[in-house]
Amino acid sequence: MNRFFAFISKEFRHILRDRRTLMILFGMPIAQVLLFGFVLTNDLKDAPIAVMDQSGDVESTALTNRLLSSGYFRQTDTVATIDALEGAFRRGNIKLAVVFPPSFGQDLARSGQANVQLIGDASDPNVATTLINYAQAIVLAYQNERLQQGFSAPIRVETRMLYNPELKSVFGFVPGVMTLILMLVAAMMTSITIAREKEMGTMEVLLVSPLRPIQIILGKASPYLALTVFNALIVVLLGIYVFGMPMNGSILLLAFESILYMLVALSLGIFISTKAADQQQAMFISALGLMMPTVLLSGFIFPRESMPLPLQVIGALIPATWYNKIIKGVMIKGVGLESLWLPTGILVLMALVFIGLSVRNFKDRLE
Amino acid sequence: MGNVIQVQALTRTFGDFTAVNKISFEVRQGEIFGFLGANGAGKTTALKMLTGLLMPSSGTALVAGYDVARYPEEVKRTIGYMSQRFSLYEDLTVRENIRFFGGIYGLSTSQLREKTAQVIEQLGLEQQAGLLVRSLPLGWRQKLAFAVAQIHEPKVVFLDEPTSGVDPLTRRQFWEGIYEASARGITLMVTTHYMEEAEYCHRISIMVDGRIDALDTPAALRQQFKAVDMDEVFRKLARPDQPVGHVD
Repeated sequence: MNRFFAFISKEFRHILRDRRTLMILFGMPIAQVLLFGFVLTNDLKDAPIAVMDQSGDVESTALTNRLLSSGYFRQTDTVATIDALEGAFRRGNIKLAVVFPPSFGQDLARSGQANVQLIGDASDPNVATTLINYAQAIVLAYQNERLQQGFSAPIRVETRMLYNPELKSVFGFVPGVMTLILMLVAAMMTSITIAREKEMGTMEVLLVSPLRPIQIILGKASPYLALTVFNALIVVLLGIYVFGMPMNGSILLLAFESILYMLVALSLGIFISTKAADQQQAMFISALGLMMPTVLLSGFIFPRESMPLPLQVIGALIPATWYNKIIKGVMIKGVGLESLWLPTGILVLMALVFIGLSVRNFKDRLE
Repeated sequence: MGNVIQVQALTRTFGDFTAVNKISFEVRQGEIFGFLGANGAGKTTALKMLTGLLMPSSGTALVAGYDVARYPEEVKRTIGYMSQRFSLYEDLTVRENIRFFGGIYGLSTSQLREKTAQVIEQLGLEQQAGLLVRSLPLGWRQKLAFAVAQIHEPKVVFLDEPTSGVDPLTRRQFWEGIYEASARGITLMVTTHYMEEAEYCHRISIMVDGRIDALDTPAALRQQFKAVDMDEVFRKLARPDQPVGHVD
């Protein structure tokens, strides 16, 4: 029995002295519970909306105030025209629009009935449905209040789901999966490659050779780029033909943006590779530092607007967040570069930064 | 014949720690120069500076006429290198390895073809040319790695502990290859912590704590320290206060 206990006590010591294991055993569960419990929620608050009040009377203003003080909504755009409204939707700036017709107040006073239109961005069908429900509930509450006060004021709500009238949940889901898969293959796989050379000891030999660091880095990325392109093609085709994703925008744009995203993912992978001492560490950093934030903070499952500011900021630093916007824009909304210049520009910047950092890291640290 | 390597007060510090402390020496063409010292004495750091991998903190080093601080790229092009852990890719074949290294050292397609055939013939690896390096016995891998390090006909070949973890017989065979290269006019700089390998060199230097504490032919050093073998020379150098016993 003593032998057995001697062995057990050794095993305990191994675990307690291994920081990485401790982090997984204690750190991760705590972090996850906190994250999921407090922060990552499907309840929406401060969702970005636009209100187009073509009437501007007492009633519409009152209703607008109700909506905006509910905590669910935050007015981020003031739009005066339909074009501006459409533009805001295309850029992904707003998730919901409330439109009051010019005769709102008048209609209520005269005929005792008025319409208000609620337009949701259904490229994310869950969010759209929830927001529309919140808004409808508020309108209804307002209506009932006024009825009690003796005014007859049935307000009819017209709802419209943009981009995805049938509210197919697959529309919100497939782009997210594409983002995830490309990041997984491109980043995680490349993150191992340099770490492997370091582990095998062949890195030194490459460094002594006339090959320049940028050549080594781009050379290592190239086969992975080719493979990832192939992968991406399969994922897109599956999304379209098996899951019925629309392809309303330009194929060329989708290809360009996807290659850009892959480049960012690759350069991230390589950057991790230069930092990691061995393959195991590389995979660990990829999993924790890339995959988890991508799943949790990029907005593909949990809406980013409901997250506290620090998490939103972190989410903004993740390439997946921007690519998600881009795919939805191109495939579902059918928009072009003029609406997507911001996320595209950010991805270009990220690619340059990470390739630059990798090359620099390479030159400095040779172990 | 001239000095192929000229080192003058070469120094490298890492923060407060001085890894290489003002070392100076010269190596003639065709010489087999042994760079000895205990682990941590600064040999690898010095070697990294000479191969253009690390910038010196101060001092100069000229390798094949190029200043390592100003022209590291040119240095890399004119030297060959064989590292401590074997330099060949185990999951590539013999031929693929030769072609890869020849390629990154700038050999043209026709040169590559020629050289590949040459190396394979010289090593007698015709049967194994298409086999993965992994399947070659250790001694053969070493010889191949050494041949590959010379594929671009460098003037100097640096060997960083090339025989670590290898049995004495294989080590002896490897050194025959080194002699052969030296006879062809190639200068070889070998680092090792096996003191007996020192006997195989024309001249050696012994590094202790970042300095070169001894620099001469093996025979001269044995006489100078009144020692029976290089091991004893080293012990007398590294731990001058301790009594020296012989391990028989």
